[in-house]
Amino acid sequence: MIELKQVTKKYGKGAKTTEALSGLDLTIRKGEIFGVIGHSGAGKSTLIRCMNLLERPTSGEVWVDGVDLTKLNKQQLQSKRRGIGMIFQHFNLLSSATVYDNIAFPLRLAHMGKEEIEAKVNDLLHLVGLEVHRDKYPAQLSGGQKQRVGIARALASDPQVLLCDEATSALDPQTTDSILRLLLDINEKFHLTIVLITHEMHVIQSICDRVAVIHQGGIVEQGAVTEVFLKPQHPVTREFILGQAGESAQLALQAPHDGSSRLCKLTFLGEKTYDSILSRTARESGVDFAILQGTISKIKDIPYGQLIVRLEGEPGQIEQTINKVTSEGLDVEVLD
Amino acid sequence: MWGLDFSTLDWNEIGVASLDTLKMLGASAVFTLILGLPLGVLLYQTSRSTNGWARTVYTILSVIVNILRSVPFIILILALIPLTVAIVGVSFGVLGTIPPLVIGAAPFFARLVETSLREVDRGVLEAAQSMGASTWQVIMKVLLPEARPGLLAGVTITVVTLVSYTAMSGMVGGGGLGDLAIRYGYYRYQKEVMIISVLAMIILVQVLQMAGDRLVKHFTRK
Ligand SMILES: Nc1ncnc2c1ncn2[C@@H]1O[C@H](COP(=O)(O)OP(=O)(O)OP(=O)(O)O)[C@@H](O)[C@H]1O
Ligand SMILES: [Mg+2]
Repeated sequence: MIELKQVTKKYGKGAKTTEALSGLDLTIRKGEIFGVIGHSGAGKSTLIRCMNLLERPTSGEVWVDGVDLTKLNKQQLQSKRRGIGMIFQHFNLLSSATVYDNIAFPLRLAHMGKEEIEAKVNDLLHLVGLEVHRDKYPAQLSGGQKQRVGIARALASDPQVLLCDEATSALDPQTTDSILRLLLDINEKFHLTIVLITHEMHVIQSICDRVAVIHQGGIVEQGAVTEVFLKPQHPVTREFILGQAGESAQLALQAPHDGSSRLCKLTFLGEKTYDSILSRTARESGVDFAILQGTISKIKDIPYGQLIVRLEGEPGQIEQTINKVTSEGLDVEVLD
Repeated sequence: MWGLDFSTLDWNEIGVASLDTLKMLGASAVFTLILGLPLGVLLYQTSRSTNGWARTVYTILSVIVNILRSVPFIILILALIPLTVAIVGVSFGVLGTIPPLVIGAAPFFARLVETSLREVDRGVLEAAQSMGASTWQVIMKVLLPEARPGLLAGVTITVVTLVSYTAMSGMVGGGGLGDLAIRYGYYRYQKEVMIISVLAMIILVQVLQMAGDRLVKHFTRK
């Protein structure tokens, strides 16, 4: 659906040049929710703004739905942009227009008829749950309500893609969750491809199918969220995920153990999360275990569990336990 | 009272002068807005552009605007006499003051327009762009409506400034209240006429300012 090829973006000239994106490649599939996570200044905003050419790459190609945007003329680009919705961290609503008029704005740009606009906007107001606020001005709305207006406005022109630049970063956790749920609903209802930029792992974990980690203008890791989240490879990715699991994982790693014990990280994914594989296996092999740290949570709608355990017993027994658990479909990482 | 005698005043003449002032003000205000608004938008657009050609246009426009704004209005009137005659046929009277008034006030108003357009949140402009708005649509449907309170404040300031300009044009026989105040009050020592004329202009300014403030308040949504 979206394909960036060797995209480079440089700001400034001469000695003051900063390279915000350096030869970045990225493919986003139709209908998925794709997350991009990175630290401040990593190039996230630049990346997403290249996807509708709000920022023109210094070099490289930006393919959206089979068209290279960088090759289009002004009019072609304008009409193409109607198929690419965008929502923003600071909402960017017209302060001089009511909720209704804000949502109607893209339709008026496209010279749609009055009745048609009325019907469409009413549908959208219903979708985002703002019917009662239709005649209010943005200044009279809460942040979450403003973002709902932003979403309705972005959806008005029936786009195939929705770009979200830190769409929940200005919102409190509860409001963030309600907006994320709305995005997920929309994704399922309209099979809309959503690209989401964030610096919060929680956002990725809640609704994304795949994720890319951006660092210093390049993608350092990407893949299914379950994959990247549970088995992070790059230090930056680990940092984001550890930031979530917090200190307890660190503490677990400092737990005392000697030659007759091993520290392991076990990952359960999907239905296995609820199985008693570990205790069953341990009972059979005669190994003892101490649970040092554990999490159970969900990635989008897939449950997962992660345990850091200390297995105690004969080396052979431990080996056997690990093999058994692995064959049952758990992922085992030996930490020492 | 203070040796003033208002009984001998020629109210008819004051009425005519008031009307003349209003005519000058109305006509020059309309043309100032018609000329100044696009000029202000042009200044704003060219100043933001990264295009070298647009930057050159900005620099040239900017210099012209600055020159017109730095020449004292009274000198502008005199300097513009040939142009005024070419446009309206005469260089005096109500008609003769309108071209210099417009040329004096339009650059001033254009700067006010440019400033209030700069106040518009860039994010909103970008959002419109991301929805496929053309430059023209961005200007007409986003930039101007979003800047409306600021623009109205600018209109108010400009019209009030025009009131004092019309008074100055009285010096060169422009007619109106300023003319009256100078001819009778200053040259013929009829203080009463001067006082009434000035009073009328003060009231005019008050009314304009209040109306402007109300409009600004009405359209402010933040
Ligand atoms: N308009 C610009 N002019 C010059 N440099 C810029 C511009 N926009 C971004 N940059 C630079 O490009 C780099 C990437 O910026 P970008 O805004 O994409 O980061 P980000 O990942 O979105 O950060 P944040 O999380 O803080 O929003 C930064 O070093 C930034 O200073
Ligand atoms: Mg950013």
